[in-house]
Amino acid sequence: MEKSVVFNNKLLPYLLLVPQLIITFVFFYWPASQAVLQSFKREDAFGLTSEFVGLENYQSLFAQPEYYKSMLTTVIFSSLVAALSLSIALLFATQADKNLKAAGTYKTLMIWPYAVAPAVAGVLWIFMFHPSLGTLARPLRWMNFDWNPLLNGNHAMILVVMAAVWKQISYNFLFFLAGLQSIPKSVLEAGAIDGAGPMRRFWTIVFPLLSPTTFFLLVVNVVYVFFDTFGIIDAVTGGGPAGATTTMVYKVFADGRLGGDLGGSAAQSVVLMVIVIALTAVQFKYVERKVQY
Amino acid sequence: MVEHRPLNDIIAYAILTLGVFIVAFPVYLAMIASTHDAATVVGGSMPLTPGSQTLENYYRAIFVGGSRTSREPVGHMLMNSFISALGIAIGKIFISILSAYAVVYFRFPFRKTAFWIIFVTLMLPVEVRIYPTYKVVADLKMLDTYAGLIMPLIASATGTLLFRQFFMTVPEELLEASRIDGAGPFRFFWDTLLPLSVTTIAALFVIQFIYGWNQYLWPLLITTQDSMQTIVTGIKKMLYTTDELAEWQLAMATAILAMLPPVAVVVFMQRLFVRGLVETEK
Repeated sequence: MEKSVVFNNKLLPYLLLVPQLIITFVFFYWPASQAVLQSFKREDAFGLTSEFVGLENYQSLFAQPEYYKSMLTTVIFSSLVAALSLSIALLFATQADKNLKAAGTYKTLMIWPYAVAPAVAGVLWIFMFHPSLGTLARPLRWMNFDWNPLLNGNHAMILVVMAAVWKQISYNFLFFLAGLQSIPKSVLEAGAIDGAGPMRRFWTIVFPLLSPTTFFLLVVNVVYVFFDTFGIIDAVTGGGPAGATTTMVYKVFADGRLGGDLGGSAAQSVVLMVIVIALTAVQFKYVERKVQY
Repeated sequence: MVEHRPLNDIIAYAILTLGVFIVAFPVYLAMIASTHDAATVVGGSMPLTPGSQTLENYYRAIFVGGSRTSREPVGHMLMNSFISALGIAIGKIFISILSAYAVVYFRFPFRKTAFWIIFVTLMLPVEVRIYPTYKVVADLKMLDTYAGLIMPLIASATGTLLFRQFFMTVPEELLEASRIDGAGPFRFFWDTLLPLSVTTIAALFVIQFIYGWNQYLWPLLITTQDSMQTIVTGIKKMLYTTDELAEWQLAMATAILAMLPPVAVVVFMQRLFVRGLVETEK
């Protein structure tokens, strides 16, 4: 769709575009291309000289067991967070969709964690489950359960997943509720007349009709877990213990900063870029389908 | 609904109340911790009711800072957070409303190219190009400056797409009428288009303010001086000083202060927030 009536100025449109284009080139294209370039180079320890090493950075990256470990961590982390936050949010959204008198209030009370910064969410959860002072770690100790997310990798992962899920429920809830409210009531009435109970109606009518929303949320959630959970991980575990919660994004940060391996870090950035572009492509393909509905 | 059973409603209320409880509990606990003294919090047997140190904790967090560290007081961090969040929100709105205006209301060579150049930025969040961006900002001497905190984060296409989408829905008759009245591109933008865009601008502002306020990785990297750090990056530094000696009650007071502005925005501007969230995701 294009406007048929437009202005004819020759210079003005370029002037209007200049601010955004300058910022985009300086802070987006230039660094992104540097990342690609750097991934084919090796710098000396002082960053004074760099030589072209071809695919060496990639080869050494894919020879690292830690890199595969971080991939696996990312996959486990993303699937747990996406599955849990989507199903919990769907449960709450279906309840809030029941024409309750207080539905509006519940909606407000459910959505505000969206505004809590991931790093702050991480701090809240490590406080609750801190092995020595956490309020919720106490009952675990009473049960003689040796809970220690600071030392035990599985416990650390559970804690990070809980914090990430807590923060993401609000977003998923909001979109599920909107999706539920857009399902025509006549379809549900027809199902009820045919004798389908609430559960049957949910699984055979509501859930399939909700699938575009679910799929959209799935992609958004995976992107969220990839990037926005950096703050949670850094605040709760710092990638530890022993790399148990080091996701791919966290590893880019840790290798570049603490290890100073800029070439390797750049190669990791490029791998991530490819993954994100693939994810975005999936998302756009889906959005196009939605438009045709 | 199709059938209405009271029992159904009771179950729904129960599940939702449980949900609200789960959602609110971590924050409630932080609030409680921020009202006790250090010994009570660190002792591991903190009660679930408020203590008596509220004023002192918040006063120390905001104006004095931690006792064992040379950390900046939170008051200063709050100001940094406000400046960068406002800068990101306003900066993004400014550059994207202009570029969307150019792309929708003008015909010129390379129009599609310009649009695509901007559009591609959607694909790569700042996290994946973090060190090269850091280097650019360092070369431009923008480390430890507000410009360095703000500008790399406004290089994205969300705003442009949102305004473009909105401008497309503005009836063409408005432009025809303005032109018959002799209005040029500036008059049309200022007198007609801008007033119509107020809600879209507000929705985008709400989303971008929260986005800017909650930034973590980027401010963490480019601020080396404590005087430039934002409140979200400051909290963690309070905790990982020498671990056991961390002043949790101050960190929790800081966490509450860090949550207040964006949460207030969501609660009091819920309609705009929901609209912004839904529309920037399209």
